[in-house]
This record gives sequence, structure tokens and C-alpha cells, in this order.
Amino acid sequence: MSETTSTTGAGGGADFDLTQFYQVFFEEAGENLANMETLLLHVDVTSPDDEDLNAIFRCAHSIKGGAATFGFQDVADLTHVMETLLDRLRRHELALHAGMVDVLLESGDTLRGLLGRHQGVTDVVIDASELVARIRAHADGSAAPAAPAAVKVVVPAAPDVVAAPAAAPVPAAAAVPAAAPAAGGARLLTITVGPLDQPALADNLADLFNEIPGLGTIERLDDGTPDAGGLRRFKVSTTSGDDDLLDLFSFHVAREKVVIAPLQACAPVAAEPAATAPGTVAARPAEPAAAKPAAAPSADDGYGFFVDVEAQKEQVRQQKAAAAQAEAEAEPVVEPPAAPAPTGAPAPAARPARGDKQAAVDSATLRVSVEKVDQLINLVGELVITQAMLAQTGRNLDPIAHQQLMGSLVDLERNTRALQESVMAIRMIPMAVVFNRFPRMLRDLAGKLGKQVELHTIGEATELDKGMVEKITDPLTHLVRNALDHGIELPAERVAKGKPASGSITLAAEHKGGSIAIEVRDDGRGLSREKIYRKAQERGLPVHDQMTDHEVFQLIFEPGFSTADQVTDVSGRGVGMDVVRRNILALGGTVDLDSAEGYGMRVTVRLPLTLAIMDGMSVAVGEETYILPLASVVESIKLDEQYIKSVAGSNRVIEVREEFLPVVALDEVFSVPRFEDQAGGGIMIVIEAEGSRVALLVDELVGQQQVVVKNLEANYRKVPGVSGATILGDGRVALILNVGQLVRRARH
Amino acid sequence: MAAILAVDDSTSLRQMVAFTLKSSGFEVIEAVDGQDALDKLRDRSVDLVLTDQNMPRMDGITLVKQLRAQAQYQSTPILILTTESSDEMKQAGRAAGATGWLVKPFDPRRLVEVIRKVLP
Repeated sequence: MSETTSTTGAGGGADFDLTQFYQVFFEEAGENLANMETLLLHVDVTSPDDEDLNAIFRCAHSIKGGAATFGFQDVADLTHVMETLLDRLRRHELALHAGMVDVLLESGDTLRGLLGRHQGVTDVVIDASELVARIRAHADGSAAPAAPAAVKVVVPAAPDVVAAPAAAPVPAAAAVPAAAPAAGGARLLTITVGPLDQPALADNLADLFNEIPGLGTIERLDDGTPDAGGLRRFKVSTTSGDDDLLDLFSFHVAREKVVIAPLQACAPVAAEPAATAPGTVAARPAEPAAAKPAAAPSADDGYGFFVDVEAQKEQVRQQKAAAAQAEAEAEPVVEPPAAPAPTGAPAPAARPARGDKQAAVDSATLRVSVEKVDQLINLVGELVITQAMLAQTGRNLDPIAHQQLMGSLVDLERNTRALQESVMAIRMIPMAVVFNRFPRMLRDLAGKLGKQVELHTIGEATELDKGMVEKITDPLTHLVRNALDHGIELPAERVAKGKPASGSITLAAEHKGGSIAIEVRDDGRGLSREKIYRKAQERGLPVHDQMTDHEVFQLIFEPGFSTADQVTDVSGRGVGMDVVRRNILALGGTVDLDSAEGYGMRVTVRLPLTLAIMDGMSVAVGEETYILPLASVVESIKLDEQYIKSVAGSNRVIEVREEFLPVVALDEVFSVPRFEDQAGGGIMIVIEAEGSRVALLVDELVGQQQVVVKNLEANYRKVPGVSGATILGDGRVALILNVGQLVRRARH
Repeated sequence: MAAILAVDDSTSLRQMVAFTLKSSGFEVIEAVDGQDALDKLRDRSVDLVLTDQNMPRMDGITLVKQLRAQAQYQSTPILILTTESSDEMKQAGRAAGATGWLVKPFDPRRLVEVIRKVLP
């Protein structure tokens, strides 16, 4: 195979279009960024775990590799300097400090921005050059650790002897103990090899070392003298890490026989005669950190071979021939052909007994676009409706004459439900997706506010519909932010109250029946009944002395209400809680709040698991059918309309269990005629929303059923009092009532 | 048809490599890390291994060592993908017994070219 054929023969001239892999890369980079952020937030700054540092490094490394391959140069550039810093951290050449964590987190944000631009989701042009310079400063070890909290002592200041020239941007490496080289600098090491049976083997190490360009210099220390107990010592000047040296040396001698130690840890480099170590730092002019070690062989080709490729090919051919022969002789091949493997590695041929059964997660999952899943859900929804229609038709048939059909219809119903549930489950994602954003947010916020806080999360694995997760993120973010801003006190204040200086915020999610309950708890100052009451009065909100604490607390959900004495730039101007409640109600959920002054507060958000299917109660007014969300129905009562009392003119109330409830006549809301013979009778359905109840007057209670929710706004237009529509078994459209709006309408 | 084992923890790069090689007429087996590669090679053999260095569970150098320790893979070409700046890695690759290295990022055409060079 000649050079010419291989260069021109690439896939028959096919032009490789890499754009098809962009989306996978973006998703992967997003996962890596999220992963990196989580790791950075949890890393122990004072004594980071090696595994963590490696994992963080891998995240940046992986993004860099992809970005460079797919041509996102700005992303590759930024991840490159991150990688440099992280590489030095994982090699323990630099000590991690809080300032580095900050700059790495910031880099993550910037990368998101850069990637967003490549994806076309934002047009914001980001200039990362200043950030790159800062990361580089950290990687050089020239950036000071961040003032707050950081306790880790980093590289000691350069002693006078080797004070770097003013122009040198890199601190002189001699300042650092030999075991920890500075950027781009070489280390001076003593390497002791042995005891070896054949000390001459150690000389091979020196040869191997010298064979590799750019590695540094090696010199025998005990030249000429007899080997003491088979030991051999070398002086080495190199930029490589211990692990790499060991890897290299293990080629000739066992790893355990090699001991690497800094050469004369305290001796300044200047004390060494320059002649013995031409490559040492002292002799070398300060150069920018970006300077690379000596150019790799054939660096311009982008590849290289360690072995004689042709010889290796020949070997493979021989091996194959031998294998074929062995097969013919029905004997197993024990040894490869005589030609020694180029590595000469004398490792036993035994197969490593690795029983790691952990299946590769990657190959067990499938990436599918959300649109495809939604289309599937939509189709299943249609199928459910068709099934309901068939079931309705079936009810009019003679069950004896159509026994077989009836049986099939029952099966169809069961299978449809199962199918629907399975399909819905595809869209379910764990709450962790939302919860994971909070550690970072709280960290930044606590820093800004001078507060301390710990975040506890419970039930991250609880699953929720993807659409729901997206919509609940903002309200939840607001609640968490509020908990820290308004709830958690300053450390001094907490200590004075006998609480731990660090506050605690708990996020808990759990499934409760067909819904999910998410709690945001804090152990801060809680709500003050007095303050809220006074403020509500000032704002002209309807308040009275007999209100329970619970009722008073609900006032903070009223529009324009703020409990913060000072407007902060964190939680804004108190427009929050009403928006939070409105958004949650719009999702068909509820929000409740509980507090004990001085001890903290708890906000509970309840949401349906999905927006696509709803458990509903069908009611009828005249010819029309309406659906009420089952969760909002408290009870239904058959009673004479003469019990309805009129108060203050047109307002009507009814007494139900010693409570007067406003009456809402559904026929009046939608201007539909009621049944003639029902006038004077009818059914009261007590519905509840936002902590208040009203009695809904309808003609008939049809029954309970699961309905497929269709967006009315998208298909028609927004209708007051209605949150959506569904198609009934008989093909008619039924409106799904917005209970929140109906209750509000009656209450105000 | 020569079979190539492509080992990389990055899905996008693995897909890209696999696509490039498949469209050049190679059979491609994918593995997500060194351990996965060893597992895949338990059931079948390949003519060439192309591996990334930095991967969870088992890195590329370790994979090379493990493969070279098996009689069957003593002379199989193994190429390590490396980033330009990591000369040390190249040395480690050499010491482990890799056949050669290929700088990341690489042009798909370059990949095919190098692979054709080393394939027996």
C-alpha cells in the first residue's frame, strides 16, 4: 500500500460532512458542563479528591476534543486553558483554591454562552479573552488565591535569590520545591532504580529517556562506582510528571523498583553548576506559559509511529499464518511467532480477569428528539379517544350477541391505557434536573448576600413530565432564592438566635397519588404575622382581625406584596410570589405555605405529573359537558336550590357544613340553557382552589374519567374560565374548567 | 473488510470516527472506554484499535498495555488519539506498546490515510 493510494483513497472521495454530529456534540458538551459544575461545587477545596480532579479534567478535555474536531475554535481555546489548569491541579503541581473554582465555574458559564451561539440559540457575542488570561494566570500559579474563605496556602513567594526579571510573566520555578515545578519549568529529580539482578538493565532506561525528544536530560549519578546492592541512581531534569516517568520506565523495569525523589529539595537551582543541567530553569529565560516542550517528531503531519509499521504488518501476517496453521493442526496458539513484539513487554499472556459487568450506559440508551416523543404522545392521545368512542358505541350493543367484540373492547381499553402510560413515561425526567441548578445558584447568591447556607435535596429521582419540569423551574428558582434572601438570616444574627451560623434549605420531591409534591423548606426567620398584616393593610388588601395565621400568610401571594424591608437586587421588588402562584396554578397545581416565626417556613407545591392527561370529573349543564380537574373537587351535594341565600344584592351563598360558600352557576358563566325540569334542583359541586372554596351549580354529575388535554389556546383562542378542552367518547368537545379563575371570580 | 475498534468516551467523536471509517469501507466496533473495549474484544477480534487516551474506568494507555499482554494482540496495530500538547502522553503510549499516535483534532481524510498505512 503506497503513500499515494492512501492519501487519495479516502472513502472514494466522499466529502465528510461533520455537521451531522454537531447536535450530539452540543448535547454531550452540555452534559459535560453540567457534570463539571456539579463536581466543582462539591469538590473539597482544601483536600480535593484525585478522582474528582480527574473527572473535572476529563469534562474539559472531552469538550475540547469535540470542539476542536468540529471546528468551534473559541470553545476549544477556552477549554484548552482550562485543561492546562486542571491538568496541573490533578498532577498536584498546583493547589486548588476557591478562586480557581470560581474562575472554572465562570468558564463553564462562558462555554455555555459560546456553545449557545454555535447552536444559534443566542446571538450574544462573547469575548472570552479576559477570562482566558485569568485562567492562564491561575495555571501559571501567578494569580493570588481569592481572598474570602480560601484557606489553602498556595505556591510560596519567590525567594530573593531567583527573583524573576520584571518582564517575566512567570514566577521563577526555582521558588518551588523541586517536587512541584512551576509552569513550563523543568524539575530536577533523583531517580533510584533497583535493586536489580542485572543493574545494566537500568542503563536501558537512560537510553530510552534520551530517545524521546523533549523529555529532558538524564545523567548517571554514581558513575563508575560499583553498584551498591544493585542500585543505580540518575539525575533527571524533566517537565514530565512522576506518573509519566514511571510509565516510561516500567517498560524496562518493574514500577516498584523505581523511586523518584526531588533532587536536594532545598537547594536552589542557582547552586547547581549550570553545566551539569543545561535544561534547568535557572538557565532558561522566562517564557510564556504557552510555550510547548520541544516539537514532537513529525508534528506537522499530525501523526506518528513508534514502531516500524511495515515490520509490524509483517508480524501480523506471520501471526495470522501461524494461527491458520495452528487451526489446521487443531492446536491452540500458545505463543506468538518468534519475532519479539516491538514493546518487548514481558507481561504474561494470561487474559486479565476483569469481571466488570457494569454495562456501558451509553449503548443502553437512545437519544430521541422531543418532537418525536410528542408526536407519539399525541397519537396515543388520539388512540385513547378512539378507544373511548368504540367503548361508548359498544355500550349500546347487545352484550350477549356481541360477546366476543365486548371482550376485545375490554382488552383494547386495557392495552390502550398501558400504551399510554408507557409512552408518557418516556417524557418523564427526574427532578434532579431542576434541583441540580440550585447548588450553584445558592453558592453565588450566598456569597453576594454574605450568608451561609447548606442545601439538602430529597427525592431527586422523583420523575415528572419534561414539559412540567421546564415550566416549574422558574417558580421553584424564585422560591429557593426567596428562601435564602428573605428567609435565612446573616450568620451573626443566626448565632445570636442560637441557630447554627449556616442556614439550611431543603428541597424535597415526592409522588403523592397522581401528583408530585415539591417542598422548599428553610430554617430562617419565617414569616411575621404582624408585618404581613400591617403591610397588607397599607396596601389596601382586604384583611380582618379574625384571619387565621394561615390566611394571613397567604397574603404574600397577592399581587404587589413584598415582605422584605429593603428591596434587594436578589429577589427584586416583591413581584415574585404572586407570579409564582399564578404560574403554578396555570400548570394545574397548587401552592401552599406554612411558617413559624423565627423557625423558618415551608412552601409546598403540588403539581400533576403531566400536562397531557388529567383525571377529570365530568359535569353537565343542559346539553353541555364540562370537565373539572378531579383534584379540585371537594364534594358534591344534591340539594334544593331554595337553600341558596342571596346576600348584598346579587351575591348568592349556600351553607355547607356550617360554612357559607359563594355560589357560581355554571349556566350563567357560559350562558348556556339549563334543563327545563332541573330548574329549582341541580347539584352543588364544592370546588377548591388557592385555599378558597366555592359551590358550583350544575345540572348533572356525569362521572369520573381520564381525559386527554388539548390546548384550546393553540387550536382556538384563550377563553376565560377555561384551561383547555378534550374530546369525549361520543366525539363531542368538552371544555376543561379553570377552577382557579372560577373561584377568584366568585371571591372578588 | 478490516474491522476497527474505535474507543472514545465522547459519543460525538466516536460517531464521527465510526461514520468516517464506515464510509471508507471498514467495519467499525465502538467502545466507550478501555474496559468496554476489553469486554468487546472478548467475543471477537479486530484488525486495528483506535483509542482515545483520557477515558473513565480505563484509559487508553492501560488499554494498550492490557492488549499487548494478550498473545492475540501483540502485533495488532494500536493507534492512540492525543491532543497536540501532550508529548508525555505520546511517550507513555510508546512505552505501553502503541503503534502510533494521531493528533486530535484530525481531519477525517487524515484518519483514513493513517489507518490505511498501518493496517496489515
